[in-house]
Amino acid sequence: MKATKPSVSASHSIASRLLLNLERLSAKTTTTKVVYSTAILFFLLIVITPAIAGIIVQLFSIPRLSMSAEIWVKMRQAVIWSFVIGLSVSSLDVLAGIPVAWLIVRRRGRLTTILDSLVDIPFVVPTVALGFSILEFWSNGGGIAQFFGSPYAVPPGAVLIALLHFAFSFPVIVRVMVGEFLNYRETYEVAARTLGASAFTAVRTVTLPILRPGILAAFLLALARSLSETGATIIVAGTFETGTVFIYDAHASNLTSAVVIASLVMIVSSLVVFALIKLLAPRIRVAPLKVWPNLERKLSKPPTVALRNSVSLIVFLLFVLLPCLFIALPAIQAASSETVTEALSGIGPWKAFWSSMFLSYLVAVLATLVNIVSGLPLAILIARNRFGTRLAKIIDALVDLPIVVPSLALGVSLNFFWQNVSALPEFWVIVLAHTTITYSYFVRTMAASIQGIAPELEDAATTLGGLPLRVFRRITLPLTKYSLLSGAILVFTRSVDETGATSAVAVTLKTAPILLVSWIRGTVSVTPAERALGVGFLVATSFLALVFLRLIAMRQSTKVG
Amino acid sequence: MATIRFTNVSKSFGKVVALDDVSFEVEDGEYVCVLGPTGSGKTTLLKLIAGLLNPDHGTITFDGRPVNKVSAQNRNAVYVPQQYALFPHLTVLQNVAFGPLARGAPPAAALETASKTLELVRLTWRASAFPSELSGGMQQRVALARGLASGAGLLLLDEPLGALDARLRLDLRHKLRDLVKNSGFTAIHVTHDQDEAMSVGDEIIVLRNGKIQDHGPPRRVYRKPSNIFVANLIGNASFLEGLVDSTVGETAIIELRGGLTVQAPSKNLTLTDPVILALRKERLRISCERLDLDNLFKGEVRAVRFLGNSREYLIRVPNGLIIASRTFGGNERAEYAVGDQVLAGFLEGDAMVFGYPAKGLREELEIE
Repeated sequence: MKATKPSVSASHSIASRLLLNLERLSAKTTTTKVVYSTAILFFLLIVITPAIAGIIVQLFSIPRLSMSAEIWVKMRQAVIWSFVIGLSVSSLDVLAGIPVAWLIVRRRGRLTTILDSLVDIPFVVPTVALGFSILEFWSNGGGIAQFFGSPYAVPPGAVLIALLHFAFSFPVIVRVMVGEFLNYRETYEVAARTLGASAFTAVRTVTLPILRPGILAAFLLALARSLSETGATIIVAGTFETGTVFIYDAHASNLTSAVVIASLVMIVSSLVVFALIKLLAPRIRVAPLKVWPNLERKLSKPPTVALRNSVSLIVFLLFVLLPCLFIALPAIQAASSETVTEALSGIGPWKAFWSSMFLSYLVAVLATLVNIVSGLPLAILIARNRFGTRLAKIIDALVDLPIVVPSLALGVSLNFFWQNVSALPEFWVIVLAHTTITYSYFVRTMAASIQGIAPELEDAATTLGGLPLRVFRRITLPLTKYSLLSGAILVFTRSVDETGATSAVAVTLKTAPILLVSWIRGTVSVTPAERALGVGFLVATSFLALVFLRLIAMRQSTKVG
Repeated sequence: MATIRFTNVSKSFGKVVALDDVSFEVEDGEYVCVLGPTGSGKTTLLKLIAGLLNPDHGTITFDGRPVNKVSAQNRNAVYVPQQYALFPHLTVLQNVAFGPLARGAPPAAALETASKTLELVRLTWRASAFPSELSGGMQQRVALARGLASGAGLLLLDEPLGALDARLRLDLRHKLRDLVKNSGFTAIHVTHDQDEAMSVGDEIIVLRNGKIQDHGPPRRVYRKPSNIFVANLIGNASFLEGLVDSTVGETAIIELRGGLTVQAPSKNLTLTDPVILALRKERLRISCERLDLDNLFKGEVRAVRFLGNSREYLIRVPNGLIIASRTFGGNERAEYAVGDQVLAGFLEGDAMVFGYPAKGLREELEIE
């Protein structure tokens, strides 16, 4: 024991000396400039450019961009449908998600902690598997039709797309709103209550209007996801076309012009709609001049509240959790059969499965790390308006780009960029592609969180002699740890379940979702039990990783107080 | 609007006892100050009245009607938190109109009530501003107006002047009281500032560790505090240890530590009781000439503190004790310097005598 001690302290002192030197370095303006410009450069070159370069280059390289009038009409219709579905589904998600987030925050208990974790399930089901799961549950004989008869089955089309998008956007809303409710100062609500407002009135006229920026952010994230998702949507679309389905169909029929034009139309109109919503929403002042005391008093009564809670929980179970997990349900049966022993010993198709799982998690871990390192400076830059408001605003607007590009177009673009521009090994191409796909989630979460910290805290620490890096490490970071981990969780889960864009850049390597798609589609022949078990393993492991990360996040946040 | 009565009310948070078997009554229309150090249970008391917390034991009644089960919005008791909690998304006028609206008044009537109340606090000109655009003092007035306009009869003010700077606190406290009294409200005003409590309260309730230490009109609480803690919290005093030497009728002869004997009211003292003699600083008079006082002794000025309208002297008396004296007025002639020999003394009736506290003097003088 004694012999090891000096070496431990020596290594400790080397580490602390290194840290001290780094901190000293951080005080120099040149260092600051180098760090921030590297982050900006990384953002522009590795995140933004690959996301749109392919589309732009193709736009100029196709000799004649042309579409027949008939296809043009089809595309316009499809794009309009994308926005109709996206806007209405995101609104419904807000309506359904807020009561659940409320329940999680205000009724702290063992049951709500479980609910809190269950909400993330749609995050960890690979998107394509999610599409099949929804299809099986709502349309095919084995699902809802089994219980209520075939007239209640939902055929592929607009409604089924809406059901799918509702399910995968739901956790986004709940995640963001839980954070908002946790940060909210309840005294406003308390003041409203003692002024004579019922609980419902207080929440409607005070809490929700104050939290409007957060609700808006959640809405936009849900909208972006709905507008860009391709992989699962094509499975449930049938002959119905949204913008992304149109791009997929055009791609399949080699109509390059249509792909390029439709992608650009989707990207530009998404950005315009985003900008409009961001600009207009804060200006709508909902003056609470109308109160219905008797009605709202009734709505605040325990029976009504219990009813509301039950309805939100039923909506969550019936429209989100069950449909998402439906494909993995046979795994419970399979768990008791010998399929499990085969799976665990890695016989037959399982050998490839486990190596794909390993690859997926390795990629997810690396993409998360790259995101944290490259995203933090950018988040600070946006939150603190470093180098002027103009630069911060431009970057702020650009950060949303990767999540509004339709995922197929993103895949095509990424593929084009990494095939032509670099000679990087395929593994690293996948890691960087995943960085692009997930970048917005991390930077958005962190920027919002840093904005929430009073700059005075940092100023105080600086005047106490804190070097910039130390102030960040000791003050800013501990205060934003929960958000850092939330952001990391978003990035990690998104990376593990991403299918569409990954399949465009992966040539020989197969991540778990890609492998599972080949199982589900029947390109590799497996039994339904094996298929269910495969999806089940991925969902279960991601879910466990998620719970583990959340436990760390909670421990850290309580440590900070 | 309401007579509030607490009967044996207790409230704990886990192992921390915030209020311990508290009983008191507040009359309709009274302006009561609740005074106590941090953590004494003041805010818990307010929140119990507001209905934001429920007592573990005991009953709270408004006009004889138990309200333990009445929810916050039906109690007609407006809680004004320390930082005001003005709704940031509403204008000043909308903030003030919130109460009437929440209770179902038609918008036009609610806005009229709000405008009238804003006139009362002289903020009509800022009606369309947002709270973030106002100064601290204005925010305080908006919070008050919001409470007054709400149609409630009871205002619960949690450190209403705590967020303001010292000068503004002095200016606003009487205006606050007058507005509340003129509007016919009952008010509970929580503060840790004893000057504020004494100058605005009809009654003072002194809290310590969740227990009521004293309850009465400011003059009585100041002159005849019920214990050493209250004597120390309200007004400045010197605390001297001693033993009862003898009692003659209403007078007791007390031997202070070091051998100095003084006369004090005998109360129910018995011989050889250890006691604490408390003497307010302004009651110890000093002079170069002979004074007509029951207790008079020689002393030496050891320190002088200049306080503008008053001076504070630390006098060392023959037994070695140091006693503080405070003199008012700009009488230059009556100023002394360190080292001056003076005569110091006090009237028998000005001495406050308490039994020696079980936990020791230092413990009793602990304020935080």
